[in-house]
Amino acid sequence: MCRLALKTASKPFSPFSVLTAMEAMQEGYDGSGLGLLLRGLQFADYKYDAKDPILSGIAHSEAALARLDQIMDKAGFTLKYDHEFDVKKEMIEAKDRFKYVLRIYKMPTAWTKLAAAEKEHRLMLTRLALRQDGEAHDDDLTAFSLWPDVAMIKEVGWPLGVGEALGLDSGRIKARVCMAQGRQNTNYGINLYACHPFFIQGIATMTNGENTAFVPIKDWLTGRGFPGYIGYQSDSEVFAHILHYVTKQLKLPLETYKHVITPLKNEELANHPQGDFLRGLRDACRRLIIDGPNAVIGTLPDETCLLVMDAKKMRPATVGGKPGEWAIASEMCGVDAMIPDRDRSLDFQPMREHTVIIPPARQELQIWSQFNRLPIPQAA
Amino acid sequence: MVSVQSIANTPSSLTPNDLPWIIDHNEERCTLCGRCAAVCPVGTLKLTYMRKRMPKLVLASSERGSSYKTFVGIRQSTEISKRCIGCGTCSMVCPNEAIRPLPNQARDRFRFLNTQQGEPVKRGGRRNEPGPNLLDRIIFDRISMLTDPALDAGRHEFSCNTLLGRVLPPEEYVRRKMAGEWIPPVREIFPFVIGSMSFGALSPNMWLGLLQGVAYCNEVLGIPVVMATGEGGCPPWVLRSPFLKYIILQIASGYFGWDEIIRAIPEMQCDPAAIEIKYGQGAKPGDGGLLMWFKVSKIIARLRGVPEGVDLPSPPVHQTLYSIEESVMKMIQTMSMAWNFRVPVYPKISGSTSAKAVLNNLVRNPYAGALLIDGIDGGTGAAYHISMDATGHPIASNVRECYLDLCAQGKQNEIPIFAAGGVGKNGNVTRNGMALIMLGASGVHMGKYMMQAAAGCLGSEADRCNVCNIGLCPKGITSQNPKLYRRLDPDLVAQRVVDTFMAIRTEVKKIMAPLGRSQSLPIGMSDALGIDDKAVAERLNIRYVC
Ligand code: SF4
Ligand code: SF4
Repeated sequence: MCRLALKTASKPFSPFSVLTAMEAMQEGYDGSGLGLLLRGLQFADYKYDAKDPILSGIAHSEAALARLDQIMDKAGFTLKYDHEFDVKKEMIEAKDRFKYVLRIYKMPTAWTKLAAAEKEHRLMLTRLALRQDGEAHDDDLTAFSLWPDVAMIKEVGWPLGVGEALGLDSGRIKARVCMAQGRQNTNYGINLYACHPFFIQGIATMTNGENTAFVPIKDWLTGRGFPGYIGYQSDSEVFAHILHYVTKQLKLPLETYKHVITPLKNEELANHPQGDFLRGLRDACRRLIIDGPNAVIGTLPDETCLLVMDAKKMRPATVGGKPGEWAIASEMCGVDAMIPDRDRSLDFQPMREHTVIIPPARQELQIWSQFNRLPIPQAA
Repeated sequence: MVSVQSIANTPSSLTPNDLPWIIDHNEERCTLCGRCAAVCPVGTLKLTYMRKRMPKLVLASSERGSSYKTFVGIRQSTEISKRCIGCGTCSMVCPNEAIRPLPNQARDRFRFLNTQQGEPVKRGGRRNEPGPNLLDRIIFDRISMLTDPALDAGRHEFSCNTLLGRVLPPEEYVRRKMAGEWIPPVREIFPFVIGSMSFGALSPNMWLGLLQGVAYCNEVLGIPVVMATGEGGCPPWVLRSPFLKYIILQIASGYFGWDEIIRAIPEMQCDPAAIEIKYGQGAKPGDGGLLMWFKVSKIIARLRGVPEGVDLPSPPVHQTLYSIEESVMKMIQTMSMAWNFRVPVYPKISGSTSAKAVLNNLVRNPYAGALLIDGIDGGTGAAYHISMDATGHPIASNVRECYLDLCAQGKQNEIPIFAAGGVGKNGNVTRNGMALIMLGASGVHMGKYMMQAAAGCLGSEADRCNVCNIGLCPKGITSQNPKLYRRLDPDLVAQRVVDTFMAIRTEVKKIMAPLGRSQSLPIGMSDALGIDDKAVAERLNIRYVC
């Protein structure tokens, strides 16, 4: 079973503190791997400009690293900072990790005049080119993300152990948002890409539980012909892609995500102020309805964090904290471990209709219900 | 030896042992009440006086050796036109359990001779292919239990309805909605649809019973069942009733009944569920419909706008049209316009290797609401053996192919595919239907199954009864003769319709729950399917299990 932890704070903190917090939840998980996503980054050794893209991945051989350099060069990226992890090789289970890549680049100058959407598209294509190159070479190159102000680490092993092995305890990297997940995809074969969180164009989600509607959803997303909708080594990857589809392709507000993955029932829609629109949306996005017990935790490029449940609320998840600092975890003890000095009576466990949103200002939780009016124009 | 001329010996002479069904009559139990002979739909039973020789040992040459006695007995006719059809109505009425039809265990000779007067064999009903079919062999094997709490079919809420109608791609939906433009009509229906059987093929009592049952499912149980008329229209009172919303009106190549329908449009209280344009039928692809003269009663004649008692053939194709592309385009548009674009319109075709071509045509037609494919195992009121047995395409691979084709284009949510043809032919209706749904169908149509489950149709795949074509249906299901259809109580049919759909709904949940599905019908969830045949698994792109 997966255990999930997210912490978001106005003041950057070490991701290691989240890994320690995950230890509190260790009873329920097999600790077979670690997936980590950081936003709002701060480096002890480098003054980072949050507009610069960061490439995260693993080069499993010297040749792979050389090819990575070539691809980035050819695309016009200039290396600004190469974060060298203090790796304790003997603590890592896998023996073929040549280099953990966390590199900051300068955007290609040729892109300067491009529209934001086009830049985002090209960043994604570059990441996919790296991924495809790795796949064409016996998976010797893994590219998790290429995006401004996002760093990702995925590795097999006990989460805290992986953190130590990569020297995350040294405090050289800090972040304002940290998503952590403690399991490799042991349901299927081990594949680094299959480990949560999943990332696409700045959007990331992690999930616990099984997505039983995976195959029809995957088939539909694949049919969009959008280059980023690939992978699917894990049934949970579709949650990130649906969030991407709803917010970036349909350009609907974040709150609509919940209406797409777990639409209201007819009798509920009949009493909803936008019932007619939502019913049509449910039909149009029918193949994106998720099933099975899930809690989905996500983050957006502006550092907004969110938490939603499946339609039957079959999975636990709690959110708690105080102005400036919030935590979401699959277990209440996880929240305790991340933010012990909070008013616990204000902790919130979302029900089936809720979307919990922590806006970037981090002053309060927004608890939005599917029964509320959506912030969309009147015509709908 | 007796001379050959003195015994009946024509090329078509048969003995009871040469017939498909042999009557087992127990003279000891029989009280000669005569009910069986009176009720036999084909008149095979003869209750007659017969003469019996009473041999006596006589020594004197002046005396006759034997005397004769007359008696009353029951015999089976060996005439081809009067052969026993195995319906079992005689057993049903016999108060003494003295008579029953038995299937001929040897291979009958009758089949070689059933071409009298040059007329090939015709029948109603089904394909006559006994034994489990492919759909009966598919199992649901992706049990969700390793990581998660299982769903409870009895306690949890399940959403198992499907959509009928053109669904826009989400981007286009949002755009049109914001701009206040037309959104194609979509119906939310139960995925098991009562397939098209015409008012004409079915007796008035059968039709009424089905409709009553459907209305009860919708209005009392909240199961949104819809039923399709075949060709030939719909009773005028139904057209003007609030029940019309549960009815899919079919238009076929004879356009029978459409005068009445068009005239009723201004007076309709609600829109029909959908319009089905029939291009083909699984049981007899490339063949038009035929309502034999003896079924064209007064009411049927009125509905269809024809004189009473004449044969009503429909041509194999829609005559007014040049090509299927043109036809589909024009007819779909015309029908949509008739109801001001508020009613989904879709074509029904027979399963065929060319189904994909029709589908792709529909994809490009923004008014096409669905595609119904009827496979070779589909039933019919009347068809030639050769059409029913050997012409057509099995439904499973046809649907699968079409669905995967839509997936490749990313349009699987836009045009729902409905599957028909043999769903529940061996009684496993939910199993067959859900297998097709997981192969990619949005829902299934079932006709024969409803006749069997709701009205006790006697037909079976072992060529039992299957005389729906001659208007003599012993159950009163497919007859326009009041003497016969009065046997069928519409209220009891309605009750059985309700029983059937309640049971299907429960079984649907029992299939969905262990798969971890409750939020939406598992359309295209092929990862849950397995079959013990490698070649089939490969063809359908599902898992081979053994
Ligand atoms: S089984 Fe049917 S057809 Fe045969 S003798 Fe009995 S009633 Fe007649
Ligand atoms: S019982 Fe009626 S409907 Fe059924 S097979 Fe016989 S004739 Fe046809």
